[in-house]
Amino acid sequence: MATVAERLEEIWGEKPGLATWVSTVDHKKLGMKYLYTGFIFFVIGGIESLLMRAQLMRANLNLLEPETYNQLFTMHGVTMMFLFATPVLSGFGNYFVPLMIGARDMAFPRLNAFGYWVFLAAGIFLYSSFLIGEAPNAGWFNYVPLANEDFAPGLNIDFYALGLIFLGVSTTGGAINFIVTAFKMRAPGMSLNRIPIFVWGEIAFAFQVIFALPLLTLASVLLVLERKFDFVFYNPDRGGDPILWQHLFWIFGHPEVYIVVLPAFGLASAIIPTFARHRMIGYTYIVLAELAVAIIGFGVWVHHMFATGLPQMSMSFISAASFMVAIPSGVQVFAWLATLVAGRPVMRTPMLFIFGFIFTFVIGGLTGAMFSAIPFDQATTDSDFVVAHLHYVLFGGAVFPMFAGLYYWLPKMTGKLLDERLGKLSFWLIFVGFNLNMFPLHILGLLGKPRRVYTYGEGLGWEIHNFLSTVGAFILAFGILLTFINWARSARNGEPAGPDPWNGETLEWATTSPPPDYNFEAIPTVRSREPVWAQPELREGPQPPELGGYTLDKGHVTLSTSVLDAQPEAVVHMAHETPWPFLLTVALMVMFYGILIEAWPLAAIGVVASLGGVLGWFWPSGETQET
Amino acid sequence: MVLAQRRDPGDMKVEEAVSTPTRQPGEDLPHHTSGPQSFAWWGMVLLIATEATLFAALLASYFYLRFQSGPEWPPEGIEKPTLALPLIMTAILLSSSIPVHMADAAIKKGNQMGLRVGLALGFLLGAIFLGMTWGVEWPEKLHEFTPTTNTYGSLFFTITGFHSLHLVVGLIMNAWTQTRSWMGAFDAERHLTVQMFTMYWHFVDVVWVFVLATIYLSPNF
Repeated sequence: MATVAERLEEIWGEKPGLATWVSTVDHKKLGMKYLYTGFIFFVIGGIESLLMRAQLMRANLNLLEPETYNQLFTMHGVTMMFLFATPVLSGFGNYFVPLMIGARDMAFPRLNAFGYWVFLAAGIFLYSSFLIGEAPNAGWFNYVPLANEDFAPGLNIDFYALGLIFLGVSTTGGAINFIVTAFKMRAPGMSLNRIPIFVWGEIAFAFQVIFALPLLTLASVLLVLERKFDFVFYNPDRGGDPILWQHLFWIFGHPEVYIVVLPAFGLASAIIPTFARHRMIGYTYIVLAELAVAIIGFGVWVHHMFATGLPQMSMSFISAASFMVAIPSGVQVFAWLATLVAGRPVMRTPMLFIFGFIFTFVIGGLTGAMFSAIPFDQATTDSDFVVAHLHYVLFGGAVFPMFAGLYYWLPKMTGKLLDERLGKLSFWLIFVGFNLNMFPLHILGLLGKPRRVYTYGEGLGWEIHNFLSTVGAFILAFGILLTFINWARSARNGEPAGPDPWNGETLEWATTSPPPDYNFEAIPTVRSREPVWAQPELREGPQPPELGGYTLDKGHVTLSTSVLDAQPEAVVHMAHETPWPFLLTVALMVMFYGILIEAWPLAAIGVVASLGGVLGWFWPSGETQET
Repeated sequence: MVLAQRRDPGDMKVEEAVSTPTRQPGEDLPHHTSGPQSFAWWGMVLLIATEATLFAALLASYFYLRFQSGPEWPPEGIEKPTLALPLIMTAILLSSSIPVHMADAAIKKGNQMGLRVGLALGFLLGAIFLGMTWGVEWPEKLHEFTPTTNTYGSLFFTITGFHSLHLVVGLIMNAWTQTRSWMGAFDAERHLTVQMFTMYWHFVDVVWVFVLATIYLSPNF
């Protein structure tokens, strides 16, 4: 008689090979794909920024053509926001949300695979614009009328608008998947007040996507209709209003900042208790603060538009709301600090990156509070000061936690430890490099240097700051390179990590590193907010049935529990690997290219093929029944 | 580690909950779910939420452009929309929700014929609405203005076009549900596909009420 582990391996195992690479629905494999792809885009976006910094190093340099520079800063922003930050955080979420809540996969595994492939296809779609030298060039927020057909006649903006519509399909599907997974698949006993804060962060992020992303999609659809079919929405000469674009974009765009930052906050909250050796202080306040930020985040978009001549009254409301964001953000920072003070912090690399995050993010938050004051905002709008602020918030608030997450969780994902010395060296180079890169931009902004100009004249007093900033950028890049080297070296010959190298408290540490295809031999019953600390049996292998371990080894199934109390409700059959999500993505890509070059037969083929893809997807097969 | 081992006050409840005496936990749980217990129900609710946001933003854009465009709306040369045809169409579309609801109720009792007839009636009414939009309403309007005439024309055709598109998706889902029904997929316990289609169809109907109020009623007041 086979053991439980062997039976589960038989049921859940996916055979390695090219076919599986395309058709996998395993959340861990997809999570890794998200991470690898996201970090490749990070490197590309980083190279774009280094090219720009090289161009700006001295006055009147001519390394880049002005048009190239426009395309580089646009694609740098688009890449970092849409193709790096969101996907990498989705990657961590994909990999760790099911593990942290004790599930065997995400709620909709095929949708999950579809989300990854669409993300990859949209990224390729956006970057294929460089092949014909017509990459998006109107900035990542793509203001009209600059992006109207009159001023941007090429395909540049069409790549942007269609690419983001395409990508939105992926992000929306992912968001729905996160919410349903976190609501319906938690281990028995993991009531709402025991959900790990990282999972709360992903929930808050996902709800923001649900309600914010449609606005970007709509804005882009209207732009495509106007550019390709001569509809009128934004063009003032024909009765449209360019400010409509700004409203639609920023009602999405400001929540997008929190879409990037909230899961990163969750990462910090996952890491701090482990290294502080203390349970998180103020759990309830942190969760409420995350949700409050997610909600208030919808009421502050106009602070991106203080210089557009809106009525004073509406600006005042937005200004007040923007100040208000500081309160829940502050609550979180103080809860982290309190946990660190109450515990006995251990200075490992992930913790260093968390300190870097808190330091950098607080500076970004301070300049953010400055922008809430309307007169200050109007004086510095579109200057380098804004660039400095947004990088302190986004690099500080998202990239530092992501690197902390890499050092914290890669041992779980690969089963190999990373090198501590190289990690610490990498941290200090990144930390010093980043501050040297971005702090001078505050001063440049106050001196009056506008953002997005490809060069500047001599004698304005801008040379030294630009020079320092460029030096900082290259130090930063070198620091990042060290982490990638560390990653590659550990994958090849790192020390074995064991199931729980950090003595962590959440469920991902209660299984092997890397976890088996079925995640847990027994889905555990949870009796604490810090299950691995409070339930010693979880460290000693699968939880025995008399303590509430669910082996469920009779089919490709996982457990479904109630939303509030996580009471077991049903055994749910999960989808098997399938190539249809991939094929559907290819069909959609054909459709988008058809629309892009206005080859309507091609677009029609794409539509028909997509319908075929959907049919293939839902065609009933074997035990997996959508009924 | 002392602190970490402190027990949670909420523990008692959970231990009671899991102490149900089964030899293998989970063996007595059902293998089929429907309604809010199922994953699909939550997935559909969230899909509807994000689609509703899309429509809300689209209708908000309508009012934004209307109030930016000056006192006259519709702009000069375009008549205020007449209401007779749209109201008849509304009656047809909204009444389609009744057979669809009855189809859902029928399969809950295991009534296959009730399901199939209800779906077919719903399909028919939806198709008539779509035919009237594309075959009567649009050609009539195109005599007056086109999508490229001005913002009014663009908004009219974009909003009704968006809604039509959702209706087409609903009709495809209807046909698929009908097909699955003839393949014998549903019974009194297992009918999640029917539920999903029903929710989506009701959503498309409710959205129409807001579309009607925006593009047909509001210019008259």
